[in-house]
Amino acid sequence: MSLFEARAEVLRTNRRNLAETLHLDAPLLICLLALSAISLFVLYSASGQSIDVVWRQVVRLGVAFLIMLTLAQINPATLKRWTPWFFGLGIGLLLAVLFFGETGKGAQRWLDLGLFRFQPSEMMKLTVPMMVAWYLSDHPLPPTLKRLSVACLIIVIPTLLIAKQPDLGTALLIAGAGVFVLLFAGISWRLIFASGAALAASAPVLWHFMRDYQRQRVLTFLNPEQSPLGAGYHIIQSKIAIGSGGLYGKGWLNGTQSQLNFLPERSTDFIFAAYAEEFGLFGILALLVLYLLVIMRGLLIASQAQDTYTRLLGGGLVMTFFIYIFVNIGMVTGLLPVVGVPLPLISYGGTSMVTLMASFGILMSIHTHRKLLPR
Amino acid sequence: MASHSTLKDHFRETRLFTNRAVIALLLAAALMILLLARLFDLQVLQHATYSVLSDKNRVHIRAVPPTRGLIYDRNGALLAENLPSYQLEITRERVADLDATIAELRQLIDISDENISRFKKRLERTQRHKPVPLRTRLSDIEVARFAVNRHRFPGVDTVAHLYRHYPFNGRGVHALGYVGRISEQELQRIDSTNYEGTEFIGKTGIEKFYEDLLHGEVGVEQLETNAQGRTLRVLDRTPPIPGLNLYLNLDIELQRIAETAFGDNNGALAAIDPSDGSVLALVSMPTFDANLFVGGIDSKTYRALQDSPDQPMFNRVLRGRYPPGSTIKPFVGLAGLEYGLIDPNVSTYCQGWYMLDGDERKYRDWKKTGHGHVDLTQAIVESCDVYFYDLALTLGIDRISRFLEPFGFNDLTGIDTSGELTGLVPSRQWKRQAKRAPWYPGETLITGIGQGFFLATPLHLAEATATLSRYGSQLRPRLVAATEDPDSREIIGLPAVPNIAVPVIDRANWDYIIRAMTRVVHSPKGTARRIGRGAKYKIAGKTGTAQVFSIKQDEKYVEEDIAKKLRDHALFVGFAPVENPRIAIAVIVENGGSGGAVAAPIARKVMDYYLEQVLVEEKPPAQQKEQKP
Repeated sequence: MSLFEARAEVLRTNRRNLAETLHLDAPLLICLLALSAISLFVLYSASGQSIDVVWRQVVRLGVAFLIMLTLAQINPATLKRWTPWFFGLGIGLLLAVLFFGETGKGAQRWLDLGLFRFQPSEMMKLTVPMMVAWYLSDHPLPPTLKRLSVACLIIVIPTLLIAKQPDLGTALLIAGAGVFVLLFAGISWRLIFASGAALAASAPVLWHFMRDYQRQRVLTFLNPEQSPLGAGYHIIQSKIAIGSGGLYGKGWLNGTQSQLNFLPERSTDFIFAAYAEEFGLFGILALLVLYLLVIMRGLLIASQAQDTYTRLLGGGLVMTFFIYIFVNIGMVTGLLPVVGVPLPLISYGGTSMVTLMASFGILMSIHTHRKLLPR
Repeated sequence: MASHSTLKDHFRETRLFTNRAVIALLLAAALMILLLARLFDLQVLQHATYSVLSDKNRVHIRAVPPTRGLIYDRNGALLAENLPSYQLEITRERVADLDATIAELRQLIDISDENISRFKKRLERTQRHKPVPLRTRLSDIEVARFAVNRHRFPGVDTVAHLYRHYPFNGRGVHALGYVGRISEQELQRIDSTNYEGTEFIGKTGIEKFYEDLLHGEVGVEQLETNAQGRTLRVLDRTPPIPGLNLYLNLDIELQRIAETAFGDNNGALAAIDPSDGSVLALVSMPTFDANLFVGGIDSKTYRALQDSPDQPMFNRVLRGRYPPGSTIKPFVGLAGLEYGLIDPNVSTYCQGWYMLDGDERKYRDWKKTGHGHVDLTQAIVESCDVYFYDLALTLGIDRISRFLEPFGFNDLTGIDTSGELTGLVPSRQWKRQAKRAPWYPGETLITGIGQGFFLATPLHLAEATATLSRYGSQLRPRLVAATEDPDSREIIGLPAVPNIAVPVIDRANWDYIIRAMTRVVHSPKGTARRIGRGAKYKIAGKTGTAQVFSIKQDEKYVEEDIAKKLRDHALFVGFAPVENPRIAIAVIVENGGSGGAVAAPIARKVMDYYLEQVLVEEKPPAQQKEQKP
């Protein structure tokens, strides 16, 4: 070993030591910081160049990163021990929302705790995959049919409670998170395809239980031009923004659709359209690569995890992150019906960001609390 | 829990998980590629479509109306100008309760029921996002009062506009015409793109005839607007091309002198410079204020104008078809000479009336006692009717109409203003077609003194007189002398346009008639002798009276007994100076009575003013030579 190589090795060890002391994962952290920086740039443009909005987002990011840092310190074993209690608390709060919740934007999602308003459904995005992982982890995998049925109940009960608020977006994310945990638990492909078919068959039943506005959204998704000024306006303007962006985009602060207020919800759910308009297909490519890096790193962390609980939980959380991305971009480009799912880490708003960063904190904790085995 | 079994499971589970993680990653990558495919579709394949849609969202086209050309008289006096004024406009889509808003506005600004009904009518055919004027020509006080209260009226605004103004009000209105708001019918006719944003269009007169030149070409502004419709900036601007300014041959001071000379009388006057066909004055009395029509006239004023017994809106000079009376005699006399049917030195005896063989009816002379023996000169000078009855009978109606037609009575003169009517030279064929009756010899007699079916407008008479003074050559009468490009200041003169000349057989015959007409003014027995007194130049003229109603046989015409409305029209035609004609005039004074006493003096005043200028103009070279030693 040359002197130079030795010095490089020392440096690498030092850095690992610093990251390990803080229980952070450097590659993941770098990706998350990059996404946050993009968020601030896009928000500045989409908010009509409001430095105020950017500052508020900076504060939220700060809080979210703090929460990530905090959760990274908690040993996954402790998390596992507390999982059933978290889940029970979550279900209790959901029931409380159903009876005492505050109404905002036509849906009952909030719980007023005096100091701040709290959205219990947000917490369930973490606790549902945690609970499923906890339930399946102490027994051999793949799970038996009986255990699978119970796991399904763990998913379905909070999902239905949230869908009833109604908050279709969150319900979808929670169900997705749970299902991905089941998938990682190794349930057979035959079962996966069978349940997929069953879900498709039950679509008419689902339709029956939908609220009017939800049905309207589905209809609008199927034919947005039918009401160009009503429900279809969002999706039409969004497609115009994206399409007119072209390969290279109109340039930062030059997107006419967003700057001239034609694009609705341009700093929240439809921020992707504002980004696509100003940065074009190449800009999108960069963003998607960044997202894919986060997913790859997350899956790597999960597969390097040392016990079943952390492995299943890590995989579930990473795939929840992916569902966010896919549903949001699919909705904004008109591939999926409009559901209220933000673009992770880019959209303006605090609640989903805190949850997302918390899940990344858990992932980092999983990675940094491994017991070092001798090679 | 057995530790060995969990250990065994551990390896299997790790392998299973890694397997599933790879599948999940592949799934994620596949779905992202699906998203990218969709984005490629939107941003590359459909990029052009969405770019157009995006521009359609933000870019709005606004027409910038051109400034209407100004009209000047021959000396540069401004006859039609554009003045800025404020008008109150309402944009329908931004007003919640229209009626309540109008009711509140009425407390600040004087708004009539008429304004409101007109506003509502225009509102119906205007898109909701375009402003519609409610009141025009706001006073400064009203503008200020609204400015203070503007915050209470969203969707209501005061906007500066240019409106047409005629500084001389009614003077020359029948030549100049006026503009008004574009009507529904006009909208069908005009190029609506070019008139986008234009408020006014020429309704009558020069304003209508030269509409294309005066209007100019519309400009275009590309505006960037946001989703709320607010204009953010001008992206591109093609400036409008302003309309051309017009310089008229008309002299507004001459016009004033002529109009004033009519006093309280109704009538008409046309003055033409025979040398180039310039129309110097075009008078129809009474006049009305052209400015009333610009902003839209209210129905009360309009009805008053319409119902007035003096009919101020009737364009007498272009559309008044009067019998020419005795003013036609020089032309009939010329016909007799040119056809070689009379010897000017042979007299006819006038006993005060004329009778046809086998007809009981007496055709009277205006002079009951008769003129005695008269030759052609005397017949013109004293306006003997009997001589012309006899001449008309000799000529016959066919020759009379064939000779007079080339003077243009049956056609339009082609003057460059709107609304002129043709006259009428009666003929056998015309009567067969129009009246389905044969021609009677008695009708030939009265045609010979310009009565009966014979009709001419004052403009026709002036033009025929000018033709006579030019020995048959004809020029189209022209009001506009030149156009001016307001940007480059380039002035382009409009050339004289000749009409087909009247064939001349012997110029001596024309000389004879002109000499006789000169004696009408400049001899002691001439019917217009009073205007010959003190004239610094020689005038050739002819008086006339046109019967408004016919006197029964054996009845006496006593002027004083007849209500003014039923009195004869007084006429005069003439040109001067005889040697080098520079002005030809026809005057008709409705119910004026005697042509020599009433109509001729008006012509003299006009001639005096104009010829004085012409003489000054033509003298200077000589004076300069004298001054330089």
